This record gives sequence, structure tokens and C-alpha cells, in this order.
Amino acid sequence: MDYAAYFFIQVVYAIASLALISVGLAVIYGMMRVINFAHGEFLMLGGYAVILPVQAGFNLWISMLIIAPLSVGLFGIVVERLIIRPLYGRVIDTVLATWGLSLLLIGLTSATLGYYQEGSKPPLGSLAIGAYRESGYTFFVIGITFAVMTALYLGLKRTRFGLLARGTMQNPAMAAGLGVNTGRIYAATFGLGAALSGLAGAVLAPISGVVPVIGATYIAKAFITVISGGATALAGTMSAAVVLGTVNQAVTFMTTPVVGEVALLVAAIILLRLLPSGITGRLFRGSV
Amino acid sequence: MTIWREHAPVAVVAVVGIVVLIGLPQVVELFTLVDVAVYCILAILALSLSFVWGFAGILSFGQSAFFGLGGYAYALAVINLGESTLPIIAGILVPMSFAAVLGYVMIYGRVSDVYFAVITLTVSLILYHLINSTSGPDYVFGRARLGGHNGIPGIPPINVPGDLQHQLDHVETFQISLAVLLLVYVGLHATLSSRFGRVLIAIRGNELRAELLGYDSRRYKLIAFVVGAGIAGLAGVLFASWGSFIGPSVFGIAFAAQIIIWVLVGGLGTLGGAVLGTMLIQSLVSWLGRNPAAATALGFGTIDTNLVLGLVLILFVLLIPQGLLPTMRRLVLERRQPSA
Repeated sequence: MDYAAYFFIQVVYAIASLALISVGLAVIYGMMRVINFAHGEFLMLGGYAVILPVQAGFNLWISMLIIAPLSVGLFGIVVERLIIRPLYGRVIDTVLATWGLSLLLIGLTSATLGYYQEGSKPPLGSLAIGAYRESGYTFFVIGITFAVMTALYLGLKRTRFGLLARGTMQNPAMAAGLGVNTGRIYAATFGLGAALSGLAGAVLAPISGVVPVIGATYIAKAFITVISGGATALAGTMSAAVVLGTVNQAVTFMTTPVVGEVALLVAAIILLRLLPSGITGRLFRGSV
Repeated sequence: MTIWREHAPVAVVAVVGIVVLIGLPQVVELFTLVDVAVYCILAILALSLSFVWGFAGILSFGQSAFFGLGGYAYALAVINLGESTLPIIAGILVPMSFAAVLGYVMIYGRVSDVYFAVITLTVSLILYHLINSTSGPDYVFGRARLGGHNGIPGIPPINVPGDLQHQLDHVETFQISLAVLLLVYVGLHATLSSRFGRVLIAIRGNELRAELLGYDSRRYKLIAFVVGAGIAGLAGVLFASWGSFIGPSVFGIAFAAQIIIWVLVGGLGTLGGAVLGTMLIQSLVSWLGRNPAAATALGFGTIDTNLVLGLVLILFVLLIPQGLLPTMRRLVLERRQPSA
């Protein structure tokens, strides 16, 4: 019984962390059809944006929940202006340019901050689940993912910005004709995606540590989740995270984390063969 | 006249190539020759991507995976067998089979081109994690240890078929590498001039139209993808033999990006551009590595390769998206015909 509860928590955690690392990418892709290859580096920047302020004496929670998303979000707005905007409509060129940005950011952080691992201890102690102990931070990650997803859903469905953003993505010319400043909406959406990536990187930093090349460990999983999910940001990410997170964690339990990751990939490829435009291409139509 | 115009550059390249093949070992130092050999090997890899991406329109962003699989297959087989003929074949067939399965799922599933790019890259990254985790002594293949992140050292070089005593030395490695590069270049050029190649280019231009004319675009694309994987695998074999070493970094994201940059800088849709791009970028990287003064001048302790490559990629996509060779060609043509 204890073991079942422990296993259940691990699966939920796998789903939550998968959704958390993917949601920033999913917002940018789902809303703008831009695949951000520098997504992993946005996560990395989020990690540094929590660890450097903490080293400078700031409060951990303020750094993690405010400084990191804000700074990476602002950085995202600058990136949109300089690199993404000149390439709208040229999907492959955007991929290539953001890949260049990814390399550039790795190079810059390596040159300025060095290659060594920055880390801090996960806060919040640990909890007992029957005979097992689980870090309290695991529950924090699950909780924050749930909060982010809920906030995003309400933001897109119930606010004026959400309405304008969805309208702009559906038909930019019509939105512009109705007086919406579409350029500003694009910038804000990219900034939002970047901020979510920054937050995710910050939340995971105490567990994984931060190095300039840490993006590469996240990017494969995030890509797979977003692509399997399909074009709808929220429903796609959540459904793909549930399927792939469960497969990943179940196989990891039986074998090793690396085989778990391979199983995740194989599951995604089978899924794509059956549903080429992702889960939400067939199911949950009309969701956000 | 048109036939001459179409094939003349290839004839010129072939003649120049053969002259270099024989002449270069007489004039340069061994050190340079070893360097040029690896440039040739990497240029073969770039050609494979140029063919698959530039002509068949398939965004294979994980071309490095096939290069790595070829290298690993050769390494594991040659350590066990000793003689290199079968391992070379294995180094070509293993990535081809892998590409056939992967390509079948994606091309016949009609996965869109951006997804194709992301999935091929992801497959390469997963292979990277997979190989990286095989450091323990449990992970053996016959007599060969997989070695995890340390890679496989001490790979026997290619030998003359049937004659184990005659292993390729540095000069011969250079000559074989350049010869294979020339053969692949001429072979791909011939393929593209053939009926198969014309159909492939037609599909790239407008897939729906090609299908309505009765061509099964999926079959053509799959064949091109598998052929490209075989060429990349052959490059991997040569690479493993050249350095007596193969490691998991060939599956990493940085190497995957490098191949794209070679092809893009030289010019997408030209075979010569891929070779030119590889030579230029690799010379730049190796020059920066040998001249720390250049790094200090720019304000860094050492120049990180990623920094330079990232900058090059962004600038080319934003400013010279067609690449060097097509841009130069256009400039020359404009000068020749000022009215046009």
C-alpha cells in the first residue's frame, strides 16, 4: 500500500515536471507556430536567475517566483523583437535562428559564468509516506505546476489579453482590422512563454543544479511532449504529459532512468504515427 | 551546350580533386594533412545532409545520429573481427536500417516537416543519453566495451581488404577520405541528374503536384533519407578509423547544429556549398582554437566554439539566408549581365 502511494506520487511528479518544462515551449508554439530551439537555454537562464540572486543574498522564494520569470520574460521580449519578428512566416528559418541563439547563450554563459555546476540544496525537508520518505520539494513542484496550468487556463479563457491573443493567433489580419496591435500581442505571447520557461528552470534549479549546457537535458523531453500534444498549448501539454510521464516513470521504475527516456521517445513516435498532428489534433478540439 | 554547362563544374571539381589527392601529400606537412583528412570526412557528412535537406526537402536535423551509428557500428565490429571490410559494410548498413524504420514511421505517417526536424534531432539526443549511460563494465559487445561518456578508444584503422598487415597510414587515410568525398560528390550529382533525382526535386518543389502526376512521394523521400543515412554512416566509419576513437559527443546537440551550419553557410541546394561551408567553418573553429590571442582581443579568456557558431548561424539566417555559394554566383551573374 505504501509502495503504491509512493509510486503514484512519483508518476504524478513525472507528469508535473514534464508539463512544467514544456509549457513555455507549448505556449509559444501553440499560439505563434514558432518552435523555440533556445527553449532549453531559457530554462537554463531561469536557473541562473534564481541561483545568482540567492548567492547575492536575496530570498529564495522571491528569486524563484518573481525575479526568474520576470527577467527571462523580458529577455524573451527582446529576443522576439530582434530575431523572431523579422522571420515571421518562415518556420524553418525561425527554428534555425533560435538554434543559433541557443548556441550563443551556451557560449556566453560558459565564457562568463564558467562550466562548473551551480547548485543549492532543495528546501522544504522531507515527508514520510508510510515506510518511504519523499522530499517536500516534490510536492512543491506538483503544486506549482497545477497553479501555473490553472492560471494559464484562466488567463487565456477569461481575460481581455487572453481573448486578444487567441483572436490574433486565429486570424491576425481580422484582429488587426478590429484595431488590435498584433505586433504587441506577439511580443507579449513570446514574453509569456519565456517567463513560463524561466519559472520552470528556476523551480527545477535546486534539484538539478545549473550548468550552461543543462538545456540539452530538458529539450528532448520538452520537444516530444509539445509535439505529441499537438497545437493546443494547454490541453496538448497536459494530455501528452500524462501519457508520456506515466510511460516514462513506469519504465524507469522497472529498469533505469535512461531506458525510461527511450521508452518515452518510442511511445511518442508510436503516438505520432497514429495521430500525426498530435493528441489534440484528434481529441479535445476547441480547447486552449 | 546545356549538358556541358550542367556537368562542367563537376568535371572541374573531379580533376582538381585528383590533383590535390596526389599533389597535397608532397607539399604540406603531415600535421596539416591529418587536419585536411578530417575536413574531407566531415564534408562527406555535410554532403549527405545537403542531399537529404537541400534536394529531397527532408529536414533531417539529426543527421549526426547516422554518422554516430556508423562510427559505433564500425568500432564495435572491427574490435571484434580485426579485419575491416565487414565492419565498413556494417557501418553503412546499420544507420541505413535505422533510417529505414524511423523514416518509414515519419514519412508514411506524413509527419509535417518541422516535426520531422524536431524528432530526428530528439532521436539523436536520446541516443546521446543512451550511449552516455553505458560506462559500466556490464555494457560490452563481444570483446568491445561501449565505454559510456568516455567513448571507445583504440579502434583499429581501416586495412586493405584481406591484408591485415597493411593498415592505412595518415597519408593513405587522407587520400581515401578525399577519394570517397569526390566519389560521393560525383555520385550525388549523377543521382540528381537522373530520373530519380528529377522526381525528388519535383517533390521538393511541390509535393502535391508530384503526387497528382503519379509519383509516390513517400517512397522517393524514404529512399533519399535512407541513402543519406548510408552516406553519413560511411563518413562515421572514416571518422572512427581516422582518429581511432568514437565518443557519444557525435550524438550531441552541438555537433548536430554544426552540420546544419556547414550546409547553410555554404548554401542550401548546392552540393559544392556543403563542402565549402564545412571547410570554412572548420578552418575558422580550428584557427580560433590555435589562437588564444584572438579570444582575448574579443574580451574572453577562451573562445567558446558555441559562441562563434551561434553567432554565425543567426547572422546567416537573418542576413544571408541563401548561403555563400548561391550568393556569390548571383553577384557574378549580375556583374556579367548588368541589365538583368
